[in-house]
Amino acid sequence: MSFPWAKQYNPTNPAMQWIDERLPLPRLVYNAIGAGYPVPRNLNYFWNFGVLAGFALVVQIISGVILAMHYAPNALVAFDSVEHIMRDVNWGWMMRYMHANGASFFFIVIYIHMFRGLYYSSYKAPREMIWLLGMVIYLLAMATAFMGYVLPWGQMSFWGAKVITGLFSAIPLIGPTLQEWLLGGFAPDNAALNRFFSLHYLLPFVIAGVIILHVWALHIPGSSNPTGVEVKQQSDTVPFHPYYTAKDGFGLGVYLLIFCAVMFFAPNFLGHADNYIPANPISTPAHIVPEWYFWPFYAILRAFTVDFLFIPAKLLGVLAMFASILLLFFLPWLDRSPVRSGKYRPLFRIFFWIFVANIIVLAYCGGATAEEPYVMISQISSAYYFAHFLIILPIISRIERPDPLPASITEAVLGKDSDDSAPVGIPETRDGPATQPAE
Amino acid sequence: MIRNLGIVIGLFFTVVLLYSFGVGAYTHITEPATKTAKKVFHKYPRDAGMPSDGIFGKFDKAQLQRGYGVYKEVCSACHSLEQVAFRNLTDIGYNEDEVKAIAASFQVPAVDPDTGEATTRDGLPADKFPAVYPNNIAAAAANNNAIPPDLSLITKARKDGSNYLYSLLTGYQEPPAELAKNFPDDVPGPTTHYNPYFENLNIAMAQPIVIDDQVTYADGTKATVDQMAKDVTAFLTWTAEPKLEKRKQTGLAVLAFLLIFTVLAYLSYRNIWADKKH
Repeated sequence: MSFPWAKQYNPTNPAMQWIDERLPLPRLVYNAIGAGYPVPRNLNYFWNFGVLAGFALVVQIISGVILAMHYAPNALVAFDSVEHIMRDVNWGWMMRYMHANGASFFFIVIYIHMFRGLYYSSYKAPREMIWLLGMVIYLLAMATAFMGYVLPWGQMSFWGAKVITGLFSAIPLIGPTLQEWLLGGFAPDNAALNRFFSLHYLLPFVIAGVIILHVWALHIPGSSNPTGVEVKQQSDTVPFHPYYTAKDGFGLGVYLLIFCAVMFFAPNFLGHADNYIPANPISTPAHIVPEWYFWPFYAILRAFTVDFLFIPAKLLGVLAMFASILLLFFLPWLDRSPVRSGKYRPLFRIFFWIFVANIIVLAYCGGATAEEPYVMISQISSAYYFAHFLIILPIISRIERPDPLPASITEAVLGKDSDDSAPVGIPETRDGPATQPAE
Repeated sequence: MIRNLGIVIGLFFTVVLLYSFGVGAYTHITEPATKTAKKVFHKYPRDAGMPSDGIFGKFDKAQLQRGYGVYKEVCSACHSLEQVAFRNLTDIGYNEDEVKAIAASFQVPAVDPDTGEATTRDGLPADKFPAVYPNNIAAAAANNNAIPPDLSLITKARKDGSNYLYSLLTGYQEPPAELAKNFPDDVPGPTTHYNPYFENLNIAMAQPIVIDDQVTYADGTKATVDQMAKDVTAFLTWTAEPKLEKRKQTGLAVLAFLLIFTVLAYLSYRNIWADKKH
């Protein structure tokens, strides 16, 4: 880690010394999430969600591996094999409800994590790479969740697969061929189900790999914090362990309480009843909707109802939907305000909360039937979504007059720039050549 | 550069969306959406008051057995129960001999051990409830082109399933006079029946539970239409979620454990941070 006052790993246990000399894995862990990682002392509960997202992924991988032992990815028996898990496999019902609701909770956690990043502008220099890798994780998670939802081979699985791969058919010239290639046929069938299962098993491990890069990139500049002021001195930080391991432990307890309450007492609340009907290619459900975490983007897709110039409405919708996600990659360069935290940006703060409300409206419209007034509302909301990122945000960063920033994190917490109780004898500040990042 | 390009793209999508909105709003005003019969007459399910509702919910085994009786006497003429095995019936209070007798009362597909030809044999506890029709075409042909759905998961495969099923079973009625007056196209035809709880108001299934005492209850419960509808709903709630009781009991234990864990975690968090202002 880059701060000169970071504690060095110094094992007293001979076994740990022996391991550390041959493979410095204990040292790596110590410096990543142990006492060797100094973290700003003023992090609020929104900084719990990174650890929670990692935990949610582990839950998904463990429950998923167990489910895969009993699931059969064949269009003839997939639906029945899921019911076999629910009825005959010991604790199979719990594994499946854990996995199905775990996907929803993974998205709840990463959405809160992302909105934290938006409000406190955690994506700004020098943390652009953390944001970009986070967006890669988000995209991979969306692909994984979509393919996982197809596996039970219920009505929503089948028609969801048909609609989503149908998006690619909007691409001019190669579209229909591309859709057939993706599905391995003219409609979702065994070929599609098998490849979705294969990829659904693969992608979580790719996500885990990108998470390692995400955390690595995080440890170069260190964690951001609610003031947005960079760490200057030792009194600005506390060691990750025990301070934040303790706080994350409490956060984990609260998260698990909510997760288990839903999983054990309303396990189908976040799902769709139609997915308990076996897939039927000749019976279209009255109302095809994706899972809730795709609703805002589904609303944007359906908001394009008329052809514009020479571009068909469907293609516009598909382009806009992908653009609405891809533009997030460019956020570090769209918002040029030198101030990070929304706490000190009065104008940004107003538009941030309008944006949050707008996303909720979009999500509601995406889950509703495609009829008026929801279509008109989603048109206005989608327009605002694009305007917020591409027009409003760049303008705000130009005209806004931010509130004065505290001189340091210590001052924001204690009201003065130094902590008299801080230990002495270790280099106090971060300036000078000796404090260059070690990694 | 990125910002300028972004503004161009943002303006493009915003303009297209506002244009779409304008077109949509214009159509909405000039051609107001016509009211559909569904919007006027469709009803949301009534509360069936299942004993399995709520976080302490439990199945009433006597009720499940009565419900099984209703299924056997009434529903099973057309509807299969293919996810359920006879052995599962021990969960609702039948003993092994009773289960064997119930299984033996069904004929399941088999292969003749001597000739290898397809035949049938008496069911065994390990068998699942056999299909009612050999295939969907036969099912449709026997039922005016409407395929009777398998009932194993029906209370999970419909929104608010248990309440919906109970409401549907007790919701058959004469179509209101305004329906014929305002929506002549939505009047039930010769093979459909008016039911305001059904998605499009006209269901192919004729009223299955018609009169009191249609099914004879062994335990002396008065077999009113309402009681029979409730009992079969309870039974089909069990077939859809046989682990419901175990799930809720486990959930309570898990939440109690987590509550203690979280309180301890909070106290240790406060303790560790006691000397650090933050």
